Amino acid sequence: MKKSSINQIETKHLNVEFHNHPVIKDINIEIPAKQLTAIIGPSGCGKTTLLKSFNRLLEIQDDVKITGQIVVDGINIMSAGHNVPDIRKKMGLISQKPYPLPMSIFENVAYGLRIHHDKNAKELAENVQHCLQEVGLWNEVKDRLHDPASRLSVGQQQRLCLARAIAVQPEVLLCDEPTSALDPIAAQQIEKLLLKLKKDYTVILVTHTLRQAKRVADYVIFLYFGMVIEQGPADEFFNNPKNPETKAYLSGEIS
Amino acid sequence: MNRRTLEETIFKLLMMISVCIVIGSLVIIFGLVIINGASSISIEMITQTPTPGNALGGGILNAIIGSLLLALPATGLACFIGIGIALYLQKEFTPVWFSNFIRFTLDVLWGVPSIVYGIFCLMIMIYLGMGSSLLVGIIALTLLEIPIITRYMDESIKLVPIGLKESSYSLGSTKFETAVRVVRKQAFPGILAGILLGLGRGIGDAASILFTAGFSNRIPGSLFDSTSALPTMIYNLYSLPSGQPKAYAAAFILLMIVLIISILSRILAKRFTKHVIR
Repeated sequence: MKKSSINQIETKHLNVEFHNHPVIKDINIEIPAKQLTAIIGPSGCGKTTLLKSFNRLLEIQDDVKITGQIVVDGINIMSAGHNVPDIRKKMGLISQKPYPLPMSIFENVAYGLRIHHDKNAKELAENVQHCLQEVGLWNEVKDRLHDPASRLSVGQQQRLCLARAIAVQPEVLLCDEPTSALDPIAAQQIEKLLLKLKKDYTVILVTHTLRQAKRVADYVIFLYFGMVIEQGPADEFFNNPKNPETKAYLSGEIS
Repeated sequence: MNRRTLEETIFKLLMMISVCIVIGSLVIIFGLVIINGASSISIEMITQTPTPGNALGGGILNAIIGSLLLALPATGLACFIGIGIALYLQKEFTPVWFSNFIRFTLDVLWGVPSIVYGIFCLMIMIYLGMGSSLLVGIIALTLLEIPIITRYMDESIKLVPIGLKESSYSLGSTKFETAVRVVRKQAFPGILAGILLGLGRGIGDAASILFTAGFSNRIPGSLFDSTSALPTMIYNLYSLPSGQPKAYAAAFILLMIVLIISILSRILAKRFTKHVIR
């Protein structure tokens, strides 16, 4: 397969079990490159689990069994012999609650650059500034770059996490309900950013708010009890759903 | 007064009594040590070694230096070994059943009386044909401190939120980078508390160094010299007729050393903990 395949991520018969309890059941999906894909579904349906399987982050937990294939850029990342940190480097993660690293604002963004590239102080500073500008945080923090990141507001922390993620130049951004802990204004900023970033990155957004998915998604995957019920381009999905369960979910009958 | 408010009042009273017992003991200990030792506390106490031939003459500089030379290297060694074990115990590195087994052995070791560490080291010492020395004393104290420091580090590392580790892993860092650059920083307050507890136990312990470090009126010149330490010095002085005031003075100095070390490390900790994510 060529590297420039249109689908950034594909899964083939993906199953995930926690403590012998299946959470993700036989999932076959295709996630288009350089678009914003929303994974929707009621809470507990396996959205986050699916998202964290893409960068093999599930493996740090106990008693997880993952079978099937996850194909990223034409390569099955589940096969043996892959260097897991390299896989993860390709995919930035934005979690529900922002977790800045226990360092200064500057060091948070510089962290990834330091571990992956040998940059001198000037290049490092330029890179950090660029990433902070990308997420619209530079003007707010440029005078206090060496303050602890924990002193930022939650919304600022979330944007810092975005800056930190794009600093290592990933191809994919995995966003796990990134706005659910934020106030409406901060949430709107993040949404706008994701729309801007999808030009350069493949964005995968897990969300439990239908309205958010309608606002931003190009492609939608609907999960229900660990299974994919329906997937397709957003227009088609929202305006002309084929599956009765999708219709029920869209009309608010199941949640 | 109804039953529920009565319950509440009784509980409050019980809690107050407990707190009073703890604070009261601290005040009484300090008071007793100061009152009984006041007559012997002098500048000579901390600037001179004992007068040869007269155990009650001179100061106890040899024991002060001895205590620091025993406890500080022992704590350093125990930290070095402890941080390794504590990181290894995390589930990224070791299956849970095995790390729980190691935790259990550490808890057992924690409960082992210090005299047992003392005679254990004594046995090895005799086997190797060595005499009591600073080195064997340091080894005994290190063994004593390892379980305390390790378990404290382990618990504080376990408390690091998984989301924080996920953040670090998602940036493509290895387990080692995550452990050393992120987890260690986040767990630092707990790690420091463990180190302090270990140091406190080590500097105050008499039984483990009684046979291993020995006794000497001089400041040790090398690792292979015997040395006095404050706890053994207190023991020796107290058993001498009319040695009690000096024993209390020595106890006062030991308390002061512990106090100074905790205050200093707390000040130091402030600098390192400002980045901790809450």
